Amino acid sequence: MDPVLNSGDTAWMLISTALVMIMTVPGVALFYGGLTKKANVLNTMFMSLIAFSIASIIWVLYGYQFAFGEDMLMGIIGNPANLLFSGIGVDQLSTLATTIPETVFIAFQMTFAAITVALISGAVVERMKVSSWMVFIAAWVSLVYVPIAHWVWGGGFLAQLGALDFAGGTVVHINSGVAALALILLLGKRKDTKLLPHQLGYSVLGAALLWFGWFGFNAGSALTAGGLAGSAFIATNTAAAAAMISWVIIDYLKTGKPTVLGAISGAIAGLVAITPAAGFVTVQAAVIIGLVTSVVSYLSISYLKPKLGYDDALDVFGIHGMSGLWGALATGLFAAPFINELGTGLFYGNPGQLLTQVIAVVVVAGYSFVATLIIGKVIDMVMGLRVEDKEEIEGLDINLHEETGYRI
Amino acid sequence: MKEIVAIIRPNKLDEVKDSLEELGCHGMTVTEVKGRGRQLGITESYRGSDYRIDMLPKTRLEIVVADEQVDNVIDKIVKTAQTGDIGDGKIFISPVEEVVRIRTGERGNEAV
Repeated sequence: MDPVLNSGDTAWMLISTALVMIMTVPGVALFYGGLTKKANVLNTMFMSLIAFSIASIIWVLYGYQFAFGEDMLMGIIGNPANLLFSGIGVDQLSTLATTIPETVFIAFQMTFAAITVALISGAVVERMKVSSWMVFIAAWVSLVYVPIAHWVWGGGFLAQLGALDFAGGTVVHINSGVAALALILLLGKRKDTKLLPHQLGYSVLGAALLWFGWFGFNAGSALTAGGLAGSAFIATNTAAAAAMISWVIIDYLKTGKPTVLGAISGAIAGLVAITPAAGFVTVQAAVIIGLVTSVVSYLSISYLKPKLGYDDALDVFGIHGMSGLWGALATGLFAAPFINELGTGLFYGNPGQLLTQVIAVVVVAGYSFVATLIIGKVIDMVMGLRVEDKEEIEGLDINLHEETGYRI
Repeated sequence: MKEIVAIIRPNKLDEVKDSLEELGCHGMTVTEVKGRGRQLGITESYRGSDYRIDMLPKTRLEIVVADEQVDNVIDKIVKTAQTGDIGDGKIFISPVEEVVRIRTGERGNEAV
């Protein structure tokens, strides 16, 4: 494509950026906020709010430059030529999306960094110190998100290997899911490990806003306003719808009743799973990806979690980690060259793609887990990760923020 | 005089209130409360895990009436608050020694 600014593409990418912003605030904030206990609703929402702010600042000052700068050190990191946003001209076109300004590409990618770290909060809510969470955001975006974004999207070694991740199955979902698991292993279980949503209506609104924003997330990842964006859009919606139906069927089989939390959990799992595949697969494949992913996440939450005994409060690993894993592998199976010439999966005669996907998953999950453990351990030693017992029992809103969500 | 404390389903409050009005029984104090009976609550299921919710929301009515009205009031409450399912609630009746209307200083049945 000629490096000429296209105003249609630019307009679509600006809108997509705003759509992805809605996913974090209010999407994740409401989705998670409704699932926690009444005494922790504000703290839970704050974790998403502050994640968006801190990630935004890091991204423009140095995060983008290391993630998407010219590759160096054999695919490990980008060359930060434009530190502190210097030297980025207003009319300069992006090298990775040649019809839109670089500033627009930076803003779009900024919202991805922000939601990825905000997603982790769902696992650690109701027990993590707010000060430690803020330090964690800064450290994790810098040391985990930025290098992984470079490896997969910024021309790093996984991109060179041919790993496919259209909108963030590995970079966003496996990454945040595995990091969540590492952090909760350090934090330990809550005193009361029940998942008893205090306001499920918030979660329905949050999930709907996530779904809405996801159109910018996935269709925006086409980086142009054209057929590929349309294809990714319809694949995204199809997988989410199929996954919701699938979860509801599981609910019927297990309890005889469809639960509302099950329906929205299924939709989110479907959106997660289609994310890496959205711009590579057919609508028919999207249906299969969606139907299967609810089974994967449901089994993980109902059987794996109690068996292994970790306290993933709002099931970040179960939904984002596990559905992200399925989506990344499904991309290696279903990628169709007539949808996107960049991807050919096993079912279209390229078994090597599945192997490449496995390598990408293992590398990203492995690095995310170990690096998050180290970051978490250092924060724990310096300032402690967990709130006092009294604060946890009385609720974090009143103790950490001196506010309450409801004055009735 | 007797005090009637009725624990009923929250969604039955309006019906009970209207039926007591028909009897000319207007005064009452209503509180939102939580509690449980013999069945120990209900079960809710979230993402495949079952949790027993053993404190359920109920509505508590406090009504003080003259002795001769007690049976009528109880009958009305039972008739209107009854669904036949577990969790319909209970009625407690206790004697009241004295009632004083603060505005006028009246005492006894006059003040009820």
